[in-house]
Formats: sequence, structure tokens, C-alpha cells
Amino acid sequence: MIEAWKTTQRIKNGEDTSVEVVERVFENIKKHEKNVNAYITLEKEKALNQARKIDKAIKNGEDPGPLAGVPIGIKDSISTAGMKTTCGSKTLQNYIPPYDAYTVQQIKEAGGIVIGKTNCDEFCMGSTTETSYFGETRNPLNPDLVPGGSSGGSAAAVSYGGASIALGSDTGGSVRCPAAFCSVVGLKPTYGSVSRHGLVAYGSSLDQIGPITQDVKDAALTYDVISGNDPQDPTSNTTKQNHLQNLEPDPDVTLGIPKQLQEGVDPEIKQKTNEKIDKLRDLGAETKRIDIPSLEYALPAYCIISMSEASSNLARYDGVRYGHRSKSNEDWNTEFSKTRAESFGDEVKRRIILGTYALSAGYYDRYYNKALKIRNLLTKEFKQTFKEVDALISPTMPYKPFEIGEKINDPLSLYMGDALNVPVNMVGNPSITIPTNKNEPIGIQIIGDHHQEQKILNIAKAMEETK
Amino acid sequence: MANEKITEEEVESISSFARISLDDDEIEDLVPQLNEILDYFDKIDEADTEGVEPLFGVHGKKNVFRDDDVGESMSQETALQNAEKTEDGYFKSPRVRD
Amino acid sequence: MTEVDTTIGLEVHIQLNTETKLFCSCSTNYRESPPNTHTCPTCLGLPGTLPKLNKKVVKYGVMAGYALNCEIANEMHFHRKNYFYPDLAKGFQITQYDKPIAKNGEIKLKNDKKIRIRRIQIEEDPGRLVHPISSRYTYTDYNRSGMPLLEIVTEPDLSTPQEARELLNKIREILEYLQIFDGSLEGSLRCDANISIEGGGRAEVKNISSYKGAEKALQYELTRQKNLLRRNKEVKRETRHFNEEQEITRSSRSKEEEHNYRYFPEPDIPNIHITKKLKQQAKQDLPELPDEKRERFIKQYKITTDQAKSLTQTIKWANYYEETAKHTKPETAATWIADVLKGELNYRDKTIHQNKITPKQMAEIVNKLNNDKITEKGATKIIRTMLDNGGTPQEIIKQKNLETIEKDQVQQAIKQAIEENPEAVKDYHNGKQEAINYLVGQVMKITKGKAKPDETNKLITKTLEENA
Repeated sequence: MIEAWKTTQRIKNGEDTSVEVVERVFENIKKHEKNVNAYITLEKEKALNQARKIDKAIKNGEDPGPLAGVPIGIKDSISTAGMKTTCGSKTLQNYIPPYDAYTVQQIKEAGGIVIGKTNCDEFCMGSTTETSYFGETRNPLNPDLVPGGSSGGSAAAVSYGGASIALGSDTGGSVRCPAAFCSVVGLKPTYGSVSRHGLVAYGSSLDQIGPITQDVKDAALTYDVISGNDPQDPTSNTTKQNHLQNLEPDPDVTLGIPKQLQEGVDPEIKQKTNEKIDKLRDLGAETKRIDIPSLEYALPAYCIISMSEASSNLARYDGVRYGHRSKSNEDWNTEFSKTRAESFGDEVKRRIILGTYALSAGYYDRYYNKALKIRNLLTKEFKQTFKEVDALISPTMPYKPFEIGEKINDPLSLYMGDALNVPVNMVGNPSITIPTNKNEPIGIQIIGDHHQEQKILNIAKAMEETK
Repeated sequence: MANEKITEEEVESISSFARISLDDDEIEDLVPQLNEILDYFDKIDEADTEGVEPLFGVHGKKNVFRDDDVGESMSQETALQNAEKTEDGYFKSPRVRD
Repeated sequence: MTEVDTTIGLEVHIQLNTETKLFCSCSTNYRESPPNTHTCPTCLGLPGTLPKLNKKVVKYGVMAGYALNCEIANEMHFHRKNYFYPDLAKGFQITQYDKPIAKNGEIKLKNDKKIRIRRIQIEEDPGRLVHPISSRYTYTDYNRSGMPLLEIVTEPDLSTPQEARELLNKIREILEYLQIFDGSLEGSLRCDANISIEGGGRAEVKNISSYKGAEKALQYELTRQKNLLRRNKEVKRETRHFNEEQEITRSSRSKEEEHNYRYFPEPDIPNIHITKKLKQQAKQDLPELPDEKRERFIKQYKITTDQAKSLTQTIKWANYYEETAKHTKPETAATWIADVLKGELNYRDKTIHQNKITPKQMAEIVNKLNNDKITEKGATKIIRTMLDNGGTPQEIIKQKNLETIEKDQVQQAIKQAIEENPEAVKDYHNGKQEAINYLVGQVMKITKGKAKPDETNKLITKTLEENA
């Protein structure tokens, strides 16, 4: 599979056509999908029509944009006009949005070809893509293993060549975890730098859309396309920038290694990530062990915040305006309750109940408000830390992909697996994960200060080039 | 379970707030799981947050407004297209008792 | 029934008359439209949509705060109020909680009693439900979903249902003055009321949707509670629904969850700092309020206090009067608008919206009257005809032959009356004053009522004295 930046160049140069590229991707899909199940929806005809338009435009001497002709998978938590958007849930199995998410608009305007919607944990709640109503996605590197989640479909598709790039969404690691497990690159941008307009909300104050790509250069390219100011998202806080143009390997940095993000990490992962860090040190990077005390509370605080917000965000699924509706035909209270009981899977129910509990009268201060205070502490500590270092570095996941079904009945242990990922969502900082080695399901993440995507992309680029 | 944080009755009442009907078996399964998770949440009690303000947004924005200019609405057909039950331009919701 | 202490507090919801909804750019002009034609992904609560705050609503909120003598917040925030109902598109309502836009205000009633305003908050209106009796379903129309509301919460300072109604009217009057509210629109004002009497629990009455309804609901509730206490029964603390048609309140099974809305700060809307600049802008746009206007009218136009009160009751009447007064003598205009025009409309059960007489036409009528071109009777006739059938004053004067006649024509008629009634002339010279009245009547007959009685009286007397 050829990287997107190369693919679009070849299409523009006439060495290749978008139609052929799309056809090849669908051949890959045909070959792998039955084992992997990365997609919920595929739209080959629509994709080919789009590809023909791009090819024609190029023939006419036009420049269709930075993603011209590139086949792209969109996580099914992101709205696509006229294309089913299920968010991995039974409730939305027939839902067709009347509008495109900002990121999808941007991809289309940049000449990208949306080929389908990728599988994910139901409402993005999970880190294995096993909670999807449409069946689990399997790890293309080894189909017995989970691909990570919740953007497992996106990572798997990019990993096996089912898309040049894919969009994921990351509330507490949902881009980075599957990227690590499927050995691809994943970027969780600064909160607010990519519009959430059209992203099915899970934890509103944590959610962020990010690219899953084959390499760092593609991450920069895709990030440039999907980021920018969007008046449809009041928390949108950046303008369009050109990270791709400014992308250059930069090993000459000070990296902080937070000791809390080393705890409980599998020794093999520690070793592989340390090797990677050592290679960067050989190129001139300095490292520093640092202490961010509130990281200790980040995971439980994150769980409380995300579940509380989710309990509210998922209240709209009552079956009246859209979504699954129970056939019960009873009074509204009973019917709503049955509709929702039938609509949601166990993990979603569990989180809604926990979130409802944490916001309830008498518990609000103890849980939600306390978690928000920890969030403030953590934010302050991160700010302080970035006065001393250029970036933080840590393993992306504490363990390697495990077998399908192995942990699904142990929710708490799955939550614990997000420990290294959730802190950046709490504080809004950007983070990029890259594979330690080709086809190795281990990721190393580089965390930057707010809006320092360029810096972490440049560090990641330097690291990527070390072999 | 000793010292349980959340009882079956509470789970029942919370699921009723959340409009998710659960049968007895589901509740029975949920209670120990929820208690285990809530026990873990207790870790936050250890954090010293004396004098710390709650922070509910990390976007750094304030005063984001829209001008009062009318835009296009959707057609009735588009508005209703995803609903299972509609009639005469209305969504049909379950009967609300007075 | 003995008098008992009654405590009433109101939560008044009023729709602001912005062009667009609170969080999306759908038009607010939905009332005549088919259901679900004023919606977009945002106000329909589709997955992935975010609220985009209408700046004008904030400005209107600040204006209302000032007009109701409130402290305006320096910083405000929105919260989510979580509950389920089929009219609520997102399963939560975006409203305000611990940081509302304004608080601690007051409104004065006619008798100078002060009613304290606890808070004013901005929130979104849910959709509208229709419950056909014949159907197993409830029908939902989200055209109203996301309409901007101000909720004005009073302290329990009201003592009678009449005061509650007066307060509602007062709020309407003030907000209409600000031109941020149109009380004539169906459903634009709704309220909930808390009412309790000494020794009883507090009832919260919901679903009141008119000024009259508020008084009726509270009156019913007051009687109900008094009767319970008289029979030594407990008045329960509960929520009751007002049935507008039957004019009664009914207990609505109160649920625990009504007190468990799980409020939390809305993460999708950044904090709002109500800056000095924003406050200044709102203040600049703050028009003259009813009390100030009344005083100015009395001074500027030299009209009576009663007239000024009547003319400043609504901003529309005040503007109508001032526009009329520009083109004619203000004192006469005040009499004819406050006493005659308003009375005639009232008699026809019409409001100023159905007034077919423009201020210019009204001024024309008053001018003609002042210049003796028409009589008072004629002026009244013109007004009535215009209200009933339309037309212009000039047309009606012509059609109904209402123009007063010239002095020499009156003289001519007097001459004729004197000649034709020598008996009456004799009687007059013999000291019978009533004879004059008879002669005036004759003149009116000859002129078909166009002569002015007073003037005719004077002229006859003068003629008879001259010929004596």
C-alpha cells in the first residue's frame, strides 16, 4: 500500500489514476474483509464516481486538492451525508445523516474519496472494537487478536490496505490505541483544532477527531485538511496551517518521560519503546524523567467525566426522530425504556448508568465535580511541565493486542488499559503514536503542548526515520 | 456484597432515570461490576483538590457567538426521513399520558 | 372563609423575538407553518450537532435584566438539564443554573408593592406536542424546538391571583417596550406558579399558558387549598397541572426524578463574559420604559395622568399616539385616542393590531374637528365606519355628508326658523328661555344636524336680541 501523499502525487502526475487506486483498494478489501471486518458500510460505486470526477479534473489541468484521488475510510462515528452513520450501534443501524461532518466536507473539498464507514466500538465505548453491533473487527496483523479501539476499523483498514488513510475519533485513546495495535500512525490533535461538528458525541469535552495513517507525513497531510476554524463548533480554536510543508525531522529536543506513564507497562513494550527513544537520543535528543503527580488520578477522573457526559449525550436516542424503536407500543416512559434497552449493548448501558449515577443529586460533588477539579490540577501540571520539555514520551498502550473475547467481560481491566492514553484527553493536548517497528503492534506516543502539532510531528518524523 | 456502594434498588432507580429497562438478571449482573468500578473511582478521593476550581473545558475559548441571521431549514421530508413513525408531517411519539 | 396568608411565586417563560433560534439559524417565524418545516440537524437533535449561541439573545437578556432592575452577571454559563420527554430533541435542555445572566431584580405593581425577581435565565424551548383524542400516539412538531426563552423567576412575594396576573401583564408591558417580546403571539408567554397558604404544603402549578389562565389557575388552587385546610386535611407538597379548558388543576404523579435533573455545565458552549462593552450596547438600546414615558407624555403633551397611563400601556399605543400627535394638537389627539378610539376597539373586542386607522388619518380627523370641519358626532361616526368597513376619513365625510356647514348657511337656516315659528319668537321675547331650544332644534332639522348646537344657540340669541 502506497502512502496517501505519494498516491496523490502519482495521480496528479498521471502515473496512476484515482479509479485504479480505488479499484486496488477494493481488491484488498475483498481479500481481507471477511477476516478483519473493518467496514460497516462500503460505497464502491459512489467512490468510483468520485474517482472518475477527480481523474477528469486532473486531465483538464485542474488541481482537485491535497488529497486528490486518495481513498479514505471514515469512522462510523462521523456523519456522512447520504451515507449510513451507525456509530457501531443497533440504534443507528438505519440512520442516514442529512449533513456531512466538517471533517468530511474538508476531505471531499480536498479531493479525497470517501469509500466507506469503518467499524468501531458502540458509541466509541471500548478499546477493542468488540462492542460494535456489527460484529468485532479483527487485527489484520493476526486475526485472533483485537485491533484495539474504539477506532479499530479505521486502524485495521489502513493497516491491511483497505484505505490510504482513515479518520478516527479519540475520547480516551480511541485513535492511538488501535493505531498502536495495528502498527500504524495515529494523531489525536489538540482539543478544538479539529471541528467536532458531525462527530457523534461521546464525551463532549474530550472527543477529538484524528487521522490514522501509514506514516507521519500522511498524518501531517490529513491533519492540515481536517483542522481549521469551523463556526459550527463553538470550541473550534485554530486556523488552517501547513504542517506538511513544515514537516522536517527534529531530533534536537528535550523529551520528558513521565514516570507515571511507565507504570504497569509490559516489559517487552518498555524495552521496545526505550530502544526507540535511545535511537532518538543518538541523534541528539535529551531525555528527562519527570513527575506529574496528578496523573495518578487521571484515569478514574477521566472515566467519571466521559461517562457522565455520555449519559447525557446518549439521552437523545429515544427512537422518535431517528434510530431503533421498540415495537412495544406502550406509554412513552415504558416505550422509551424498552427502546433504549433494545438499542444499546452492555458496555453502553454500563457507562450510561455509571454516568447517570455520578451526576445524580448527592453524588455530583463527590464524582463529577471532583473529577473536574483533578482535571484542573492536571492541566496546570502539564502546563508547568511544558516549560521544561518540548514533548512528553511514553508507550501508547501498556500491553500488546490480546485475544478476541479475552477481556470483554472484565470492564475495569479494559478501562485500565487506557491509562496512558486518557491524560491527554483530560488536558486537551495533542499526541501522536507511531509504531516502534514495521508490523509490530506496539506504539510509542509523543505528547505536545497545546497546538504544538508541528513539533510532535517533527519529532515523530525523526523517530520514524530511525530504523 | 459487603460495603457495596450501589445496591440493586439504586441500579433500578438509576436505570429508570436513564430510561433503560433492565430485567432482574441484568441488574444482578451489573451490581458487582458497578461496585468494582465505583471502588476504583474512589481513588480520586485521595487527590487534594482543596481550593481548586472545577475545569470543564480545555479549549481556551470564551464568548463564541453567532449572528442572528436566518439560514436555511431542512424540508419536512428531510426532517422526517429517519423516523420510524410519522404522519401528516409529524413525528409520532408514544402516547404521553396526561 | 377567613383570610389566610397566601404566598405565590412565578416562573415566567417568554419567547424572545429574535430572527433565529437560540442555537441554530432556523427562523423563529414558525407559527403559520406546517409541522417540522423549521428544523435543522441542530434543533432536531441529530447526532453530532453542536449549539451555536445567538448573540442577540444574550443582548436581549441583558436588556431585560436592566429593565427589571437586576444585577447583570459578569460571567455566565449554560448547563444541561437532563430529563426525558418526547418534545425534547436531545434528551436534555440547555438552560442556566448557577450562573444565570441576571439576578436580584424587582418589579413594582400598581399599588407600589415590590415583587422581587430572583433570577433571569436563558434557555431553549422544547418542541410542541399534539395529543389527538382519537390516536394512540402523541404527535411531535419540532418547529418550536430551540426557540429562545427567558425564564424570569420571582420570589414568592405575590399574595393574590390578581397580583399574579398584574405581574404577568407588567412583565409583558416592559418586555414589549424593549421590543424583545411579542405577547400577542400564541404561546409566547407561559408560566409555572408556586402557591401555598399558611399551614399547607406548596403546590407547583404547571402548564399555564395565558395571563387570564394564571389568575384562574391560582384562584382554583387557592380555593382548593383553603377547602382542604378548613376540613383539616393536609395540603400536600406536589406538582399539579392546569387544565386550561376545564379551569382546574390536577395532581401530576410527582416523581423523584423531577428533583434529579443531573445538571452539569454544558461542555459545548464556552463561558460567556458579559463585557462592559456588551452591557453598554444593551443599555444604549434600552428604550424609555413605561413609567418614564408616562411622565414625559404628561409634561410634553400636557395631557392628563389618566390619558398618559392609558396611552403608555403598550409600546404600540404609545408610538401610535406620538405619531398622531406629530400631525395635530396633542391634547385633542390624546382624548380621541385614549377615550374614543381605544373604547371603540375594545367594544369590538379588537386590539391595536386590528386598528385600520393610521396615525396620519387619526390626525386628519382630529384636525378637521379642531377646525370645525366636522362635529364630534361626525368624528365618532368616521372612526366607527373606518373600524368596521375601512376607507379614508375624506371618503366617509363625503359619503355620509358629515362636513359642517358654513356660518352664512346657519344664518340662513336661523332666518328661516324664525320666520316659520313666530310663536316661539314671541315666547322668547316674553321671557321663555326654552323657546331658544325649540328654535335650535328647528335649525338642526333644516341643516340636517350639521350645525353645531352651541354655536346655533348663540347665533339665534344674538339674532333675536338684534331684532327685538
